Amino acid sequence: MPVSTPPTALTAGVPTIVVVGHGMVGQRFLEALADRGLTPAAGTARVVVLCEEPRPAYDRVQLTSYFSGRTPEDLSLVEPGFMERHGIELRVGDPAESVDREARTVTARSGETFSYDTLVLATGSYPFVPPVPGKDAEGCFVYRTIEDLLAIEEYARNARTGAVVGGGLLGLEAAGALKGLGLDTHVVEFAPRLMPVQVDEGGGAALLRTIENMGLTVHTGVGTQEVTAGEDGRVDGMCLSDGSSLETDLVVFSAGVRPRDQLARDCGLAVGPRGGIVVDEECRTSDSAVFAIGECALASDGRVYGLVAPGYEMALAVAEVIAGNAASFTGADLSTKLKLLGVDVASFGDAHGAAEGCLDVVYADSRSGLYKKLVIGQDGTLLGGVLVGDADQYGTLRPMTGTVLPVAPEQLVLPAGAGGPVTLGPSSLPDDAVICSCHNVTKGAICEHTTLPEVKKCTKAGTGCGSCVKVIGQLLPQPADQGLCGCFEYTRSELYEIVRTLGVTTYAGLLDSHGREQARGGDGCEVCKPTVGSIIASLAPTVGASGYVLDGEQAALQDTNDHFLANLQRNGSYSVVPRIPGGEITPEKLIVIGEVARDFGLYTKITGGQRIDLFGARVDQLPLIWTRLVDAGFESGHAYGKSLRTVKSCVGQTWCRYGVQDSVKMAIDLELRYRGLRSPHKLKSAVSGCARECAEARGKDFGIIATAQGWNLYVGGNGGATPRHADLLAQDLSDAELVRLIDRFLMFYIRTADRLERTSTWLDRIEGGLDHVRDVVVHDSLGLCDELERLMADHVGGYRDEWAATIGDPERLRRFVTFVNAPDAPDPSVKFVPERDQVKPDLDILAGPVLAIRTLEGTSS
Amino acid sequence: MTTQTLETAQDTRTIRLADGDGWFTVCDRELLTPGRGVAALLPDGRQVALFVDRSGRVHAIDNRDPFTGAYVLSRGLVGSAGGRPFVASPLLKQRFDLETGACLDDDEVSVPVFAVRAD
Repeated sequence: MPVSTPPTALTAGVPTIVVVGHGMVGQRFLEALADRGLTPAAGTARVVVLCEEPRPAYDRVQLTSYFSGRTPEDLSLVEPGFMERHGIELRVGDPAESVDREARTVTARSGETFSYDTLVLATGSYPFVPPVPGKDAEGCFVYRTIEDLLAIEEYARNARTGAVVGGGLLGLEAAGALKGLGLDTHVVEFAPRLMPVQVDEGGGAALLRTIENMGLTVHTGVGTQEVTAGEDGRVDGMCLSDGSSLETDLVVFSAGVRPRDQLARDCGLAVGPRGGIVVDEECRTSDSAVFAIGECALASDGRVYGLVAPGYEMALAVAEVIAGNAASFTGADLSTKLKLLGVDVASFGDAHGAAEGCLDVVYADSRSGLYKKLVIGQDGTLLGGVLVGDADQYGTLRPMTGTVLPVAPEQLVLPAGAGGPVTLGPSSLPDDAVICSCHNVTKGAICEHTTLPEVKKCTKAGTGCGSCVKVIGQLLPQPADQGLCGCFEYTRSELYEIVRTLGVTTYAGLLDSHGREQARGGDGCEVCKPTVGSIIASLAPTVGASGYVLDGEQAALQDTNDHFLANLQRNGSYSVVPRIPGGEITPEKLIVIGEVARDFGLYTKITGGQRIDLFGARVDQLPLIWTRLVDAGFESGHAYGKSLRTVKSCVGQTWCRYGVQDSVKMAIDLELRYRGLRSPHKLKSAVSGCARECAEARGKDFGIIATAQGWNLYVGGNGGATPRHADLLAQDLSDAELVRLIDRFLMFYIRTADRLERTSTWLDRIEGGLDHVRDVVVHDSLGLCDELERLMADHVGGYRDEWAATIGDPERLRRFVTFVNAPDAPDPSVKFVPERDQVKPDLDILAGPVLAIRTLEGTSS
Repeated sequence: MTTQTLETAQDTRTIRLADGDGWFTVCDRELLTPGRGVAALLPDGRQVALFVDRSGRVHAIDNRDPFTGAYVLSRGLVGSAGGRPFVASPLLKQRFDLETGACLDDDEVSVPVFAVRAD
């Protein structure tokens, strides 16, 4: 058998390290070697890695996240270029088959033989399959590798029910995966509770209730006696030890793991009576040239560790020893924090209260699936604990294990409002507290950095199980405040969600419950008041608030334009814009507008949105003007609101020889559907009857262009200071498809946009951009579409013309006076002078210098 | 009896503005919405912007926005910053302290303040 020689001169004459196994621990070991300069690139060692799986190391802890959309590549633990940079020879799909300790060689399946000076076994473990009849039937799986996962996914396509044997950590992961695949899922656990290793009886009970509420069926205290198969050899059920049986199409064995020590046994290394390669405190096996790390090793404390953190510690210790330094692994605690099926589960330290004389402090709420237990020693030190349902405190409690808590332990387990909880922020931790137990990184080391990516890169903290990431975030300098204003630390879209989910109907209620501490009970400010007013108005029919913008407290939230339902102009007068849907108007209505303008002395101008603006009305004239307009069949054009302005149209197929659809009718339908819709900013639209695009639809927030087959919908267009052509969202839509898509698009925008953010900037800002929006509103990737459509249906059903509602109500009309103490006196400062046969404001009366502009919002048209 | 009970439940206070040595009666307190202003006309033709904040205190400043010359401050939005109430001009959004009249966005600008009482 030829013996492989080093491929380059670089590694000629230097010792060779052969690593068997490239899992999480194997990769951590390689990184530790690289950190210590023990690499071919550094000219100090040849490093060969034999990997059985077809891909380099990946994050097995996060395996289930494959089903929530992470690809095998996302799960990879190997930084691109890592092997090349350090000159490491990684041989994937080529496992070690035998070891000749005498000759110090390893032979791989490919037949190639490698000499070693140091051999490191990181072969991990294999899933334990209980020796029950039928365990090899078609449809029986284990849950360990990406390949296992792919096989289960494939088989589940033709399955309805699945059963997982084992209710431990991995079993529940597997159950979550089956449920995610749409199967009716059963969990069969031999022990009397779920996760028997990690949590105690109370924690297991809380977990059980929560998991059952998710629709999984749990059988505890029963064993699997047989897996039955049909005539086709495929699994069709299971017989349980209590005599019952279970119909199932698929079985996943997840009843624990066993160390993979066969290679070691074959070459005569010492193994434990129940498996595991015997190692000393330096992780050295019975052969001093051979080390074993991770789940295949039987550590010096007589335990096999099935968690990644102790494996990493072993990897570091061995790298240190090979580098010639002193290091040891003498045992680790079994602290874990996981999110299983969406439930937080954590245990740390002496979770079962094994220490003599220790006492439990327990809070349990079966109703909400909460269970918290702290184990306190006789001298008051925290020894360990179990957290189920809410494990936020894990990050701070675990590093405090072994110390006396600064507050009474019961205060840490009680829920808010019951005398607790006292939140022990990570700032209360000492600098030497270990924050990331996977990589053994202390608070002090983390605080040397300023961003999470930097921390991950430089210290590896947060790259293991990820449970410490939240605490790391709290230790780092906080990013610039993203809040809406001085009153709210939330963004507009977050406030929208709060109002929607909690059904908040008043501004004061929102400020007092969700405002910044110092702003609660105050008057708010000019930024958040109209923003919240708009959110409540757009959700009014859904949350049960009054939709009329001038009712009750709403009246005090609106900018003056919304307050008087008209547009304030520079001299304190207002302009009036009646709605002219689609820009279509009868001669009779045109005459009414002309007569009103003439009778009230108003300046008239055609707007860019195909309607007519009447300028120069005093506050007290507004109701009189609108009484005439409403009588003639007009309604509010909402030129004053952050809401739909107009849907402009070309004349379309009806008259135009090029037109292919009735663009005017569509424009009218859309304008009437979305009129009055309150949004983060104004909304404009247009419909063109053919590709010549005379309505300039691609300059609008949502623009529609007719095709011979139907309608193309474009979104995110804008004119103004930063013009942007709208992007095509979907094409050749029927009338109904078009309306449904616009419903979804607008509601998604209203839900997620920032204050005063037009659709164009919103589309450029949100993660994933147009593709994401298309996924959400066309392909329903978030499952939101039903709700978005319902919200729009609520709006359409709840619409009432604000001006008609105002002039019919004396109480509402009371505000339309210039002076509270002289209702009949006109405003002496609102005067006009002639210009080009009409009027313009008499600015001499105002006679003040024009000073700096603070912000410019709320233009009409 | 019933009528009397109703009357005492209502806000029967009156808003008065300092006018020389006496007090000029403006209007009933209940005509003001907290967080929103109204304009009042003084006998000499001056315009005053009156506000009630959330805690119920009444404030009065000149109605003229010094940045634009328009008589519109009563139509601005009321807010509070650091516990002090302000109004933001509806035209170009500069803010004015309701207790001192000082512009919060320009040290060199302020508006007159009027003594006011509600009883």
